Amino acid sequence: MIRFTNVTKHYKTNIGLDNVSIEIERGDFVFLVGASGAGKSTLIKLILKEIDADSGSIMVNGTEVTTLSNRLVPKLRRSIGIVFQDFRLLPRMTVFENVAFAMEIVHARPRAIRRQVPQVLSLVGISDKAYKYPDELSAGEQQRVAIARAIVNNPTFLMADEPTGNLDPETAWEIMRLLEQINIRGTTILMVTHAKDIVDRMGKRVIAIDNGKIIRDNIGTYAIGDSYEA
Amino acid sequence: MNSIRYNLKQAFLQVVRNRAMSLASVFSIMAMLLILGVSFVTVVNIGVAMEKAKEGYDTVLIHLEDDTAEWQVENIIDTLRSMQEVQEATFLPKDDALEQWKTEWGNYGYLLDSLPKNPLPDGVVVKLSDLVGADKVVRRATNFNGVLEVKYYRDTVEKLMKVTNFIQMAALVIMGFLIIISVVVVSNTIKLTVFARAEEINIMKYIGATNWFIRGPFLVEGVIIGLISASLSVGVISLVYYKVIELVQSDITNMFKFRLVPMEFMSYNLIWIFIALGVSIGACGSIISMRRFLDT
Repeated sequence: MIRFTNVTKHYKTNIGLDNVSIEIERGDFVFLVGASGAGKSTLIKLILKEIDADSGSIMVNGTEVTTLSNRLVPKLRRSIGIVFQDFRLLPRMTVFENVAFAMEIVHARPRAIRRQVPQVLSLVGISDKAYKYPDELSAGEQQRVAIARAIVNNPTFLMADEPTGNLDPETAWEIMRLLEQINIRGTTILMVTHAKDIVDRMGKRVIAIDNGKIIRDNIGTYAIGDSYEA
Repeated sequence: MNSIRYNLKQAFLQVVRNRAMSLASVFSIMAMLLILGVSFVTVVNIGVAMEKAKEGYDTVLIHLEDDTAEWQVENIIDTLRSMQEVQEATFLPKDDALEQWKTEWGNYGYLLDSLPKNPLPDGVVVKLSDLVGADKVVRRATNFNGVLEVKYYRDTVEKLMKVTNFIQMAALVIMGFLIIISVVVVSNTIKLTVFARAEEINIMKYIGATNWFIRGPFLVEGVIIGLISASLSVGVISLVYYKVIELVQSDITNMFKFRLVPMEFMSYNLIWIFIALGVSIGACGSIISMRRFLDT
C-alpha cells in the first residue's frame, strides 16, 4: 500500500527524513508520532508529492511517487483521502457542496453525487447540516465534514494530519470512533498525532519518528516514558 | 457536458457569493470601457465631420475662356476623365453656374437678377476621387488651351488633411494607452479576488483538483463579469449619446452642416467591441492573476 525505501529528504538547515524505510499494509491503522519538527510533516508532504525526496523510493497504491510527473499529481492526491487539523473546508461552499466537490473533481455524474453525498454525510453523522456553511458548524462538525469529503470517493488510503488537534477530548473520541469505523470497512489509515491518550487507548501500530529517523515501530503505546510529547 | 455545467454553476455561484469583489471588477472594467467608448464616439464623429468637410474641397473648378471651342472643351473633359485621380468631370454652362449661385444665395438670389449680363464664365467641374491627387489634376488642367483659371483651395485641403491625420493618430495612441492602463487595473482587481481565495485554491489542490479544474470556474467568472460590464457600458454610452444627440443635433447641423452618427450605428458597433474587450479582459485577467497559485 505505502512503502518508503531508504527515503532521505534534507532541508537547507535541518533534516527532514534520514534514510527512512516503512511499509504500511492494506487495512492497517497506523499512528505516526513524534515531536514537532521530527519529520512527520515531511513524510506526509512526500506522500502527497508536495515536496520531492532527495533519494529513495516511495510507492503509494502501486505508484512510484518520486518519479511521478507534476501532471499526474492531482490523480495521486485523488486516490488518497486527506483530513487536516484545521479542516480546510471551502468556506464559500455548503457542507453538501464541500463533499460534492471531491466527487466533482473525479468527474462523477450528478446522479451519483446526489446519491452518495447524503450517504456519506449520514455515515459521519451530520445529515442535518448539509446546507450549512462551514463557519456555522462546531469544530467537531467541521472535522466530520472533512472526513466525509476524504472518504466520499472510497479511497483505499486515508491520511489524517492531527485530526483531533483542534477538538475537545470528547469530540476527539467521536472522531476517532468514526476513523475506526472507516478502517473496519477496509480503508488503510495513517494518522499523525500528538494525542498520547488516544494512541495509548487505541492499541494500534505506532511509528515513532525523531530527528528524521524511525526510532520505534510496534503495536502499543505513544512512547516509553512519554519522551516524544510535543 | 458535466464539466461545462459544473463550471457555469460554480462561476455564477462565485459571482453571486463574491458580490463585493464581482462588483469591484465590473466597475473597473466598466470605467475603462466607458472611457474607451467616449473616445470611440468622439473619434467616429470627428472622422465623419472631417469627411463631410473634405467633400466641399474635393472638386476642382476650371473656368474657361469665352472663345473656347466646343471640341476643345470635349477634349479637356475626356482627358480629365481618363485620369485616375478624377471621379467625374462635367461641363458647367455659365447660365447653370449663375442659377446655382442664385440658389446658394437663397432668399437674396433675386439680387443677381439685376446684373446686366452673366459675369460668370463657362466651366468644367472636376470631382476628385482622392484629395491626394488634387495637385496633379490642377497641374494638368492649367496646361490646357482655353483655360482661364483653375480654382482649388489647396492650402485649406492640406490643413484639413493634416488635422484629420493628427486627430486619428492621437486618438489611436490615447486608446492604446487607455487599453494598457485598464488591463493593468482590471487584472489587479481580479488578482485581489483571486488572492482572497488563495487558501481555497490551495485546498482544492490538496484534494487533487487539476489546474484546469480549478481555473475553469474562475475563467467563466471572468467572462461573466466581462459580459456584464460590456452590456452595462453599451447601455450607459447609448443612453448618454442618445441624450447628447437630442440636445445638440440641431445646433450642430446648423453650425457645421453635418449630422452626428446615429445612436443605432454606434451601439451596434460598440456592443461587439465592448463584448470582445470585456470578455478577453475578464478571461485574461483571471488566468494571469491565477498563474502564481497554480505553479505546482
